Amino acid sequence: MPEADFQSYYGRAILKPPVWKHDVAIYLFTGGLAASSSMLAAGADLTGRPALRRAGRASAMGALVASTFFLVKDLGRPERFLNMLRVAKVTSPMSVGTWILTAYGGAAGVAAVSEASRLPAVRDRLGVLSGPAVAVGRPAGLAAAAIAPALATYTAVLLADTAVPSWHEAYRQLPFLFAGSAMASGAGMGLIAAGAADVGPARRLAVMGAAMEMAGARSVRHTMGLLSEPYLRGRPARLLQAGEVLTATGVAGALLGGRSRVVRTVSGICLLAASLATRFGIFEGGVESTKDPKYVVVPQRERMALRESQAKREAELADQRQRTETVTPSGLAGTSSPTTG
Amino acid sequence: MVSRNSLSGPLDPAPDAGYVDPPPRKGFFTDTSVCIGCKACEVACKEWNGVPSDGLNLLGMSFDNTGMLGADSWRHVAFIEQARPIGAQSAPFADLPTGPSGSAAAAAVVEAGVVATGHAPGLGTRGKQEPVADAAADSAESATAFLGMPTATLPGAGGDVAARTDLRWLMASDVCKHCTHAACLDVCPTGSLFRTEFGTVVVQQDICNGCGYCVSACPYGVIDKRETDGRAWKCTLCYDRLKGDMEPACAKACPTESIQFGDLDELRERADRRLEQLHGSGVQEARLYGHDENDGVGGDGAFFLLLDEPEVYGLPPDPIVSTKDLPDMWRRAGLAAAVMAVGVVSAFVGGRR
Repeated sequence: MPEADFQSYYGRAILKPPVWKHDVAIYLFTGGLAASSSMLAAGADLTGRPALRRAGRASAMGALVASTFFLVKDLGRPERFLNMLRVAKVTSPMSVGTWILTAYGGAAGVAAVSEASRLPAVRDRLGVLSGPAVAVGRPAGLAAAAIAPALATYTAVLLADTAVPSWHEAYRQLPFLFAGSAMASGAGMGLIAAGAADVGPARRLAVMGAAMEMAGARSVRHTMGLLSEPYLRGRPARLLQAGEVLTATGVAGALLGGRSRVVRTVSGICLLAASLATRFGIFEGGVESTKDPKYVVVPQRERMALRESQAKREAELADQRQRTETVTPSGLAGTSSPTTG
Repeated sequence: MVSRNSLSGPLDPAPDAGYVDPPPRKGFFTDTSVCIGCKACEVACKEWNGVPSDGLNLLGMSFDNTGMLGADSWRHVAFIEQARPIGAQSAPFADLPTGPSGSAAAAAVVEAGVVATGHAPGLGTRGKQEPVADAAADSAESATAFLGMPTATLPGAGGDVAARTDLRWLMASDVCKHCTHAACLDVCPTGSLFRTEFGTVVVQQDICNGCGYCVSACPYGVIDKRETDGRAWKCTLCYDRLKGDMEPACAKACPTESIQFGDLDELRERADRRLEQLHGSGVQEARLYGHDENDGVGGDGAFFLLLDEPEVYGLPPDPIVSTKDLPDMWRRAGLAAAVMAVGVVSAFVGGRR
């Protein structure tokens, strides 16, 4: 890629680098994992796969707790995290996300508690309450699964609705990339948790998720011109490459060695690690794009040049049209011309 | 109060935010052609608003050691040195004589210049510069003269036309733009950032929980998180002073009226007149920045007259509020969510095991 020619103020950055720390990158992963775990758990519940259901509900609960922890930790004033609930704004993906996470968290929490109430020790203590406690698991799990796709994809809008050049430019790909990454990580959890007889859904989900994740990451890295560059250099590039290799390894293991518990576990770990690496790569690539003014100036200049040439062409066309109209003799223009007569 | 232009396009922001019968929209017109880089605005802002020190930084690049706007710098005076003349100001430079001052030739050149440019020092006029050039040419034939222009060596030591270069200093006081479509306000998840009745954008510090979303949303890199305190801070356009019918501290302190405060409509008219005047004086490079309500942010509440491309001052040339694309983003996220749901369902029904 040739070095771009542009002017700047002593080479200083125009934008502020995001103040978000790696907490947010981790949350992108845990949020996706929670979402797809709940969906797998709901599917397992409906199709009679208790091991997968149990693991899915537990994993969703763990990822949910981690998500909340990292989100609150990243605030400048963590003690004020409840201020997020004073308003609901569709123009703020973070506000929308807060409400999605709140709704999801309630449902997934109830599903996890219901799952815990099935444990013999807990069941004995609950006595007559154990029946309802178990029964509430299915509706709560289904509610969590219904909200889950929104939880997995809103984070793409969260990053894209910023002035960060390499995040905003990727707004078309990111939702699919993040959905794929979430599916692959949930599948990874499923591969680790499910028995040999129940591994089918996780394996199929792994293939679909991995395909979406890899296609999305490739598109972000190769179709955005100058704004792909931050994803092709340094740490973001290494993270995304690692993600791709791990995804491919995980899928291959899931497809070829599904009968071996060890291979399934290693594949699952690969898919989880791949999702984490990809989220970090996307996060860090965007951060890099704010540090060099060329990622602001050059694309904006190109946009201005394009707009100018379009306006020029339109003016020329209008000019031509006017000229042909005036040249056409009024007699030949016929009755359809409003200028006649 | 959602309207068709709520996310982009021309709009009067205060009524759109729900104010009934608000006062006229207030703003700044910063005319950088008369800025002298004194930084009184930076100091006045810090004093009035109690903005803490931004550190004792020597950036080593120019007379600007503030660097850029941030949580602790709500006004920032940029300083740029260029090897080119301002408009017609030093266009006759190449023809002028050099050498010791006080010679008859120098006196003749100065006199001719004064006659030619009348009582408007500073900005010469293209049409009237010829007498200066003629006088310069005449005097260059007879002798050389020193005109007191800055050089790197002792005055007159070069004694040679070729040793001189064109020079101009650009100074500009940057500030929060108080956008018509403010991304920081749009994305704020707590409602801490709000639109005032004056059409400006202000952070409520008792609400802000330091999520940092506004920092990444601002297309100008204005707002930032104060590390010592965890919350986001930026120019308030002196909301407290406006409430008391006073002009903001920076405008009050500006000794050259480079920073002009007032009703935005009136400022826009004033800026158009000033631009016309400068173009008439041969300063063709003068241009307005942020005044157009059809631009990517629906026009800025604080706009500028610049003498070079915006990026030379550290400003983005064509900023667009990110929320303009938000409906499309939500649509795509919805589609991706649907694909995910279908994917999981098909993973369960698509096979026997």
